[in-house]
Amino acid sequence: MYVTISPKRSRREFVRKVKELSGQNLQLCYQCGMCSGNCPAASNMDISPRRIIELARLGLDEEIAGSKTVWTCASCLACAVNCPRGFDLSKVMEAIRLLTLRKNIDHIRPEDISPKQRCELPQIAMVSGLRKFTG
Amino acid sequence: MSLAYYPGCTLKTRARNLEKPAVASMEALGFKLDEVPRWNCCGAVYSLADDDLIHRVAPVRNLIRVKKQGKTELVTLCAFCLNTLKRANLLMKEDVEKRDTLNDFIDEGIDYSGEVKVVHLLEVLRDDIGWEALSQKVKLPLRELKAAPYYGCTLLRPREVAIDDVEDPTILREFLKALGASPVDFPESTRCCGSYQVISSPDDIAEYARPILNSALSHGAEAMVLTCPLCDYNLGQGQKELAKKQSGFREMPLLYFTQLLALALGLGPQVCHFELNHGSPESLLKEKNLLSQSRSVQPIGG
Repeated sequence: MYVTISPKRSRREFVRKVKELSGQNLQLCYQCGMCSGNCPAASNMDISPRRIIELARLGLDEEIAGSKTVWTCASCLACAVNCPRGFDLSKVMEAIRLLTLRKNIDHIRPEDISPKQRCELPQIAMVSGLRKFTG
Repeated sequence: MSLAYYPGCTLKTRARNLEKPAVASMEALGFKLDEVPRWNCCGAVYSLADDDLIHRVAPVRNLIRVKKQGKTELVTLCAFCLNTLKRANLLMKEDVEKRDTLNDFIDEGIDYSGEVKVVHLLEVLRDDIGWEALSQKVKLPLRELKAAPYYGCTLLRPREVAIDDVEDPTILREFLKALGASPVDFPESTRCCGSYQVISSPDDIAEYARPILNSALSHGAEAMVLTCPLCDYNLGQGQKELAKKQSGFREMPLLYFTQLLALALGLGPQVCHFELNHGSPESLLKEKNLLSQSRSVQPIGG
């Protein structure tokens, strides 16, 4: 994946919001890839967890918005407990999800969950899924 | 002895097979699990955004009710509830500004600052009762049962709320040993089952389950021991899919740790509600002669 970086493209407002919502210092990351290596969902992602951090700190919000990575994250925190820099990527993933959800753009519609699944799923799946994927 | 207890929504419906054997077992050991009055849903997941205080109201309200109950410790059984309540408690203890905002907003008559200790039932068994004392109460040792302890995520992550070592947890292994079973360690025991991704990507769940189940099977497990209703659902559905896709794939019985506790204490299969299990364990348990009827247990608690 190639991206063009320039001061003109960089969205400082996006970087500021991600930092504010996540409480994480994006500059802590030294791109070792431990997060990607430990992520059980990485094979389903189009942009790896490590790259998400890099794109976020460059302020490249369009690349991130077009990716399915943050919606594939299950907040299992394997990245967070294994990060040698003490960086909590799960909070950055949440911040990026919220920047979309707070524009009233939901990732799923409850009515799209099949009636069979709705009957069978444990409540914690319904509550947590709707919390993560709807605004 | 009475312990404040938070069941959560799933344990009253889909996962009655996690709760019922726990309540019966603790009663047999001399502990009454005393439900928090008027408990509400904890929110299932802890909000990871710093400014999102409204989603902390639900767990904190439960903690305030424990305080009102006059208790200093809260026992949970569902791994999701443990995580959410424990993280909310930590916030109330450590973040003065957010604590003040939440206390001002929540109108429960008293202020809260993290006084309640949130624990999982496994911690009560380990720290308050002890493995040795528990093993002495076993009436029906789970001999020859090769069971793989699966932790999932929320009992162990993040580090600050983990009930055991994040990388090398032993609590379920020690629990199984106390019951006379043969625990089977396997490297994927803390790998995520896919969690709430089942809502948006149900077709991916089998692929989340595959490495976990294959790892346990290849290490010689006959059954997997769980603590979380969502792990149970995802691994159960996942292995059904894998059995359809992959010829020769063997489905494994999935059991809650509380069901094994009840069986070992001699409380019999009637308290275990095996009919709710996703991977049916009854033929395996029958083969191991573990489905005999109930016997009486001398309680531990005063």
